[in-house]
Amino acid sequence: MSRFLDPYGSSFYDFLASRGPEPLHQAPQSGSQPTASGAPGLSGLPAVPHGTTVLAIRFQGGVLIAGDRQATEGFQVSGRRIDKVFKADEHSAIAIAGAAGPALELARLFQVELEHYEKLEGDMLSCEGKANKLSQMVRGNLPMAFQGLVVIPLFAGYDLKRREGRIFKYDVTGGRYEETEYHATGSGGKDARDTMKQMYRRGLTEAQALRIALEALYNAAEEDVGTGGPDLIRGIYPTMKVITDAGIRDLEESKVAETCNALISERREKV
Amino acid sequence: MALPYYVSPEQMMADKAEYAKKGIAKGRSIVAMEYADGVLLVADNPSASLHKISEMYDRIAFSGAGKYNEFEMLRKAGIRHADLKGYTYSREDVTAKSLANAYSQSIGSLFSADPKPLEVELLVVEVGQDGKPNELYRISFDGSIIDERGVAVIGGKSEALMTFLKSRWTSASISLREALRLSLEALDTVTNQKLGAEGLEVAVLDRTRTGRTFRRIGSAEIKALLA
Repeated sequence: MSRFLDPYGSSFYDFLASRGPEPLHQAPQSGSQPTASGAPGLSGLPAVPHGTTVLAIRFQGGVLIAGDRQATEGFQVSGRRIDKVFKADEHSAIAIAGAAGPALELARLFQVELEHYEKLEGDMLSCEGKANKLSQMVRGNLPMAFQGLVVIPLFAGYDLKRREGRIFKYDVTGGRYEETEYHATGSGGKDARDTMKQMYRRGLTEAQALRIALEALYNAAEEDVGTGGPDLIRGIYPTMKVITDAGIRDLEESKVAETCNALISERREKV
Repeated sequence: MALPYYVSPEQMMADKAEYAKKGIAKGRSIVAMEYADGVLLVADNPSASLHKISEMYDRIAFSGAGKYNEFEMLRKAGIRHADLKGYTYSREDVTAKSLANAYSQSIGSLFSADPKPLEVELLVVEVGQDGKPNELYRISFDGSIIDERGVAVIGGKSEALMTFLKSRWTSASISLREALRLSLEALDTVTNQKLGAEGLEVAVLDRTRTGRTFRRIGSAEIKALLA
């Protein structure tokens, strides 16, 4: 009811779209517009963002979400310490792949959206509700995607009602698909998925999930030029967050580094 | 055509003020008090779900007394103001001072322009971090804004409560337990009733927390603090 009297409802995104400093997702006017004939303009749309591997994997009692740290600009590395995984609220996180500018903006806007809703309504959105809202926001980015600025997020959250971790993947049109075991996206996503497919089994512990996530990211970095591996010289390791009923937390870097080093020395023995 | 009756501006404003004051005095009171780790907010509120105290931003809380629909509308507007500002600039640029000013402007212009003034009194408080003092702003139905120190009260018998608390509140270094007990004692004495933990809505802005400092204190914790 209030939505009809109160034009903005509880969504910061809707509020910003109507009243913000500038309209959201305004696509530049130059460049190729989708054509009405033949394939409905989707042919020019890259299905997978360039660069990046981000992944999420479920374990007993929660979900782990991780990403590599490299930013790519054409054939150059433009950043070695970029974070692609962000805390969205106490029980969810968003990982991003795609054009860095709009992707970071989407993550930031999503964080404000969840906090805004929580403050206005006095309750947190359900896990399902957060995933659906993100879907609408990705769809809102479609005009920009047609210009080549594709943004594909990966959403992981702990569902407090169902008492389990959940993973949602998206496509460029905002299509939302739930994954029950694991998922990875970005240019190295396929390699990471292949690794997780081999290693995943039901009822993983958090430590096992960490190990699988690192293996997957390592393999992705080996096969994909857009994905950065662990940087042992500078001590840069993948970002890892764990979400359980107790909330979200960063995995300690020492623990990630330790698992990473164990993995590398095991592989060294094989070659 | 009959001419409308002439009412002098003084009379009109006095009538409006009286109307608004009456509406606010009918309600229950809310106390804000500085304590060692931040600011405590205590509302005489029998409802567990309809809040009078709300989180506004990282270091800012809001509280409204008077007509529920009116202060609820102002609360939502304030959250939009704060979130938009924080999103456009930076989280540290959102301040209670700017929010209180915005409230003062809109309530003030409604008071002079609208036939019916808003029957609300608001509190906007900010907890100071890194050695900065706390800020307590009280905004009246006519848009006047008062920068309080130590203790602030809105709604109901606010004047009597303020007199009581001014004589008893000693310094901002009191503990949370002491602050809560003093607030409850004031509410009990002035309203001549015995408020239990269920009849209270309590929240703090706790400067020892990082990020969002607002925290609600549930009835179990209130009981433990009062025990």
